[in-house]
Amino acid sequence: MKQTISFTLNGNSVTVESHPMQPLLYALREDADAPGTKYGCGEGECGACTVILNDELVMSCLVPVVQAEGARVETIEGLANADELHAVQQAFLESGGAQCGICTPGMIMAGVHHLRHPERAPGGVPEALEGNLCRCTGYTRIFTAMKRAKEILSAGGTGS
Amino acid sequence: MKTNVAELQVCSPRSIDEALQQRRDIPGLTPIAGGTEVLVWLNDAKFAGKTYQSLHGLAKDWRYVRANKDGTLGIGALATYSDVRFHPVVKERYPLLVESARVTGALQIQNRGTPVGNIANGSPAADTVPSLLVYDAKLKLKSLRGERLVDLKDFFTGYRRNVMTSDELITEIVLPPPLFMPAQQHYRKVGTREAQAISKVVFAGARSAAGVRLAWGSLAPTTIRALKTEAALQNGADANAAWEILQREIAPIDDIRSTAEYRRKVARNILFEFLNKLANTL
Repeated sequence: MKQTISFTLNGNSVTVESHPMQPLLYALREDADAPGTKYGCGEGECGACTVILNDELVMSCLVPVVQAEGARVETIEGLANADELHAVQQAFLESGGAQCGICTPGMIMAGVHHLRHPERAPGGVPEALEGNLCRCTGYTRIFTAMKRAKEILSAGGTGS
Repeated sequence: MKTNVAELQVCSPRSIDEALQQRRDIPGLTPIAGGTEVLVWLNDAKFAGKTYQSLHGLAKDWRYVRANKDGTLGIGALATYSDVRFHPVVKERYPLLVESARVTGALQIQNRGTPVGNIANGSPAADTVPSLLVYDAKLKLKSLRGERLVDLKDFFTGYRRNVMTSDELITEIVLPPPLFMPAQQHYRKVGTREAQAISKVVFAGARSAAGVRLAWGSLAPTTIRALKTEAALQNGADANAAWEILQREIAPIDDIRSTAEYRRKVARNILFEFLNKLANTL
C-alpha cells in the first residue's frame, strides 16, 4: 500500500505517494520530478545515485523512501544558483571531468560533500570518491576537477 | 528493481515497545536499519520476505556509541559504520573495528549500514564481525519477555542462522575493555579491489600475554574464531604448526567471488603475516 511521505528536496517541501520500500532514487526521479540523479546499478555498487541525506552522503538506490520521511535531501538539481554553477560543477566543466556523464551527478554530489566535510575522508579525494565508479575511467580528470573546485571556492566562487 | 515493492508491507515503529510488540505479533518480520543489504536483495529479487520492520524511527533510542564508566563500550543497533569509525574512544581502544568499518563498502554505505545489521544479516563475509570477535563482543537481545546477553562467538549456528528467537531484536553490541595494545592487533581484508569489495578472505587477530584471538570471514559458513589454533599458539606452537591446525578449522568453498584453493592460500599467508608482524613488534 502506498504511503504519503514528505521530505525537503533542495530546500523545497515535497510530498510523494510511494510504496514505503521503494528506493528513494525512484521517488526522486519518478515522483518528485528530479531525474538528475542517475540509476546505475541499483545495488549500491556504483554511486551514480549518490545524494546528500541529512548532510550525509548516501546511495539513494539503497534508501527505502519511508526512511526519508522528514529528511533533508540534496541532489544535483539544487547546486547551481540561477546564473552560477556550483564550484564543483564549474570545475568538472572546465577540467573535462565528465565523459559519458552517467556517473557525473553522483560524482559531483560526493565532491560537494567532501568539500563541506573533508574530515569524513581522511584519505582525501580518492577516499571521498571511492564509492563512485566512472565507467569511462576518467578519474584523472575528475581528480583534477576536484583540485580546481577548491581553487574556485577559495577565489570566492559559489559552493556550500 | 526486480521485486514488486507494491507487495511489501512495512511497519515503522515509533517506540521500542511498539517495535518489540510487532516482533512478537507479526510473523516473518525482517528488521532493517539502513537497508544497505535488504535493498540489494530486493533489487535482485533474491529474498522472499514480504514484511519488513524499518527501525529508523528509533534513532533517538538506538543510534549511539557510548563509552561507559565501567570501561565497556556500547554500540546501539542503529549506530552506523561511520558513527563507529569516527568515534574517538573506538579509535583509541578498538582499532580493528575502525579499520573494518573503513573497508565496509564505501562512505555512502558506511553512512547507512550498521555493525548490528552486519551481525544480524549473518553473512560469512561480514567485515566488522571478525573485529568484534577479537574484542569478545557480547550482544544484547531484547524482547517483551526480557533481555539477555549472548557472546558473539556463540551467536551464529550455521549459514545465516543464529540463536535469536523471532520476537527478539539485537539492541546493542557490548565490548569489554580492550585486552590488547594496538601494535598487538592486525586486520586484513582481501577482496577484488581496495574499495567497494566483498571479502574473499577477511581476518582480525590479536596476541599478547592476555591471550590470542584469530577471527576469520569467508572461510566457513559463518564468521569464525579459530579456537583450536588460538589454543595451540597460546601453548607455543610455531607458524607452521598453527597452520596445520587452522587448515582443519576452516572450510573454504568455491563461489562467485573466489575459489577454495585461493582462499586457503590467502588464509595461510595472512596467518604468517600476522605472526611475523607480532614477532617484529614484541
